[in-house]
Amino acid sequence: MTIEIRRLEKTYRVGEERVHALRGVDLTIERNEFVAIMGSSGSGKSTLMNILGCLDQPTGGEYLLNGQRVDGMDTGRLSSVRNREIGFIFQSFELLPRATALANVMLPMLYDPRKMFGARRRARTALELVGLGDRVSHRPNQLSGGQRQRVAVARALANEPTILLADEPTGNLDSQTTVEIIELFRRLHAAGQTIVVVTHEEEVAGHAERIVRLRDGEIMSDLAASADPMHLEWRRAMGASMNEGPGTEPASREPVPTQPEPGVEPGVEEGSLS
Amino acid sequence: MMSSLLTLPLLLGQSVASALGQIWANKVRATLTTLGIIIGVASVIAVIGGLQGMRGYVLKEFEQLGARKMWVWGTVPDELRNTLNYADVRVHVGEARLLGEHAPSVETLTPMTQLGGDVRSASVTKTGVDVRGVWPAWHDIEDRQVVRGRPITDGDVDNRLQVCVINDKAIDELRLSSDPVGGFLLVNGRRFLIVGVVETKDEPGIFGGGESESELIIPFSTHKMMNPYTGTWFMTRLTEPTSERTMDEVSADAQAETRFIMRKNRGLGADDEDTFDMAVLQSAIQQFNQVAGVITAGAGAVVSISLLVGGIGIMNIMLVSVSERTREIGLRKALGAPPWLVLVQFLVEAVVLCMVGGLIGIAIGQGLVEASKRIPNFPLEHAGVPGWAIVLALAFSAGVGVIFGMLPAIKAAQLNPIDALRHE
Repeated sequence: MTIEIRRLEKTYRVGEERVHALRGVDLTIERNEFVAIMGSSGSGKSTLMNILGCLDQPTGGEYLLNGQRVDGMDTGRLSSVRNREIGFIFQSFELLPRATALANVMLPMLYDPRKMFGARRRARTALELVGLGDRVSHRPNQLSGGQRQRVAVARALANEPTILLADEPTGNLDSQTTVEIIELFRRLHAAGQTIVVVTHEEEVAGHAERIVRLRDGEIMSDLAASADPMHLEWRRAMGASMNEGPGTEPASREPVPTQPEPGVEPGVEEGSLS
Repeated sequence: MMSSLLTLPLLLGQSVASALGQIWANKVRATLTTLGIIIGVASVIAVIGGLQGMRGYVLKEFEQLGARKMWVWGTVPDELRNTLNYADVRVHVGEARLLGEHAPSVETLTPMTQLGGDVRSASVTKTGVDVRGVWPAWHDIEDRQVVRGRPITDGDVDNRLQVCVINDKAIDELRLSSDPVGGFLLVNGRRFLIVGVVETKDEPGIFGGGESESELIIPFSTHKMMNPYTGTWFMTRLTEPTSERTMDEVSADAQAETRFIMRKNRGLGADDEDTFDMAVLQSAIQQFNQVAGVITAGAGAVVSISLLVGGIGIMNIMLVSVSERTREIGLRKALGAPPWLVLVQFLVEAVVLCMVGGLIGIAIGQGLVEASKRIPNFPLEHAGVPGWAIVLALAFSAGVGVIFGMLPAIKAAQLNPIDALRHE
């Protein structure tokens, strides 16, 4: 069991008022699951993600990460947990602009004494894994949006985290590169990576095995993607407008092909530099 | 924490590299920011370098005068003004002999007396010529050996001979022949045989010399016979300092010995004040060092104000930097950087910024010192910046970085990663 959350609560104080961002959330995510967390703004999904990522502390309830209680940990130990267990992927990539792709990927390893020696080699391997083996010494401004997000994915993978935690990973990408990133996630998932994606795009959520929907700080539904009525409805609507797409093939727990599908091969990047 | 400490050197290196990158990316801003530090360090380097030059100059002047010299003369203590006059306390030849025999730290000595006399040669009369009465040791103590003829001898002194040694300037001024030895001069009406010639020695500039005139050196006894009431003093040369005995110790011993011998000879009781005084160059050098120390401290005070202003500039720019790079800080924290490490990173940046300013300041200060060395007739040709000044300047710059970088670094370390990542 990778993540176990029980009766999780988060209350913010805004002046005199108390805002309940999470009102007792129970959630269990097993190893090698691919979970999408969805919800409108104000549903508490960002708060949940911050707590899952050990960036924030709950005001109530329990959070076990790999069997370890992380609620109530001090900031120093929490940063070490983040470093070892969580691989973050952000909507706006958050790459250091002046550092090369390689240096960006090396960043989390520099905060882990067990990983810092050989960080360069590991970073190179991670970049090759996301298909950017030939872009190691490029700076972010020399890379396309999709390539930047793949650098960020490589960085998230660098410390071999328990969970890959992606916050709207395709929010700043066009549909073509969105497909690339989703393919990359599917490939990583097939290789055994646990992935949690926070998104509001049904297209992205459809690639997950499981969709958790939040509303007003509570879990509204927690279903397999193939059984989620909202998602199926969206898929039908999409199916009407396009003949082919990620939705045509029912998303399920059946193994995802390790080989990237033709046409979206990660190593080949159109519209790269220049 | 322990294991994180192992990564500290690597992280420090990375922080230094990133700090240099930041500075390079914001060259103009960094230069303007560190201007206070640059000016402060440059001025302290220039002041220290200049003082070093002054010290070298003064020491050289003293060296010319002779660092191993001691002078002894008679004085009337204030409370004995009514009972003693100057003639009663005047040092005399007997005391010179006593000192020469019984003061082990006095290597050699000569009594001296001096008078402006009228000197007439065959063709010219000069008034106010410096006529000095000495013992033969004078040649050694003043390091003025004859270049022609012979020096003053014990025989001249013992027999009160009317002989003189003149300097080469006197040959010109008195229009003597190029080999004046064997010729005669009239000194206050008495006939003196010229027995030798010494070179004219330039008096050190700070003692008002430079335009050296004619000098006549005659036996002390002869001088006293002619002018019994002129002032008398002893000029002594102290023994050489050794590895076990510094010049300070030698001169302290010499003074103690002299005092003991003189007091005993003059029969002074335990409560009586000295009726003589003495001076050594050593103490003058110490005085100069004290003055130099005061100047250095004063300059230090001025510089510390400039460093304070510079430090505030650093703090300001580091606060700007922290706020500009809020997202980066948030990212680093999300990726697992503990708060203390973020603090160290920003502290290192402030220190690097200050030290870059310090290095520029040192370079400018060095430049100023080098330039002042090249000014002709300016007493700073020995100016130079000692190594300790450079180390001190860098240490001060680093200290300013640590002190004024602390607040921004703490601010960065305390940032909440969620808010930081949301920062626009």
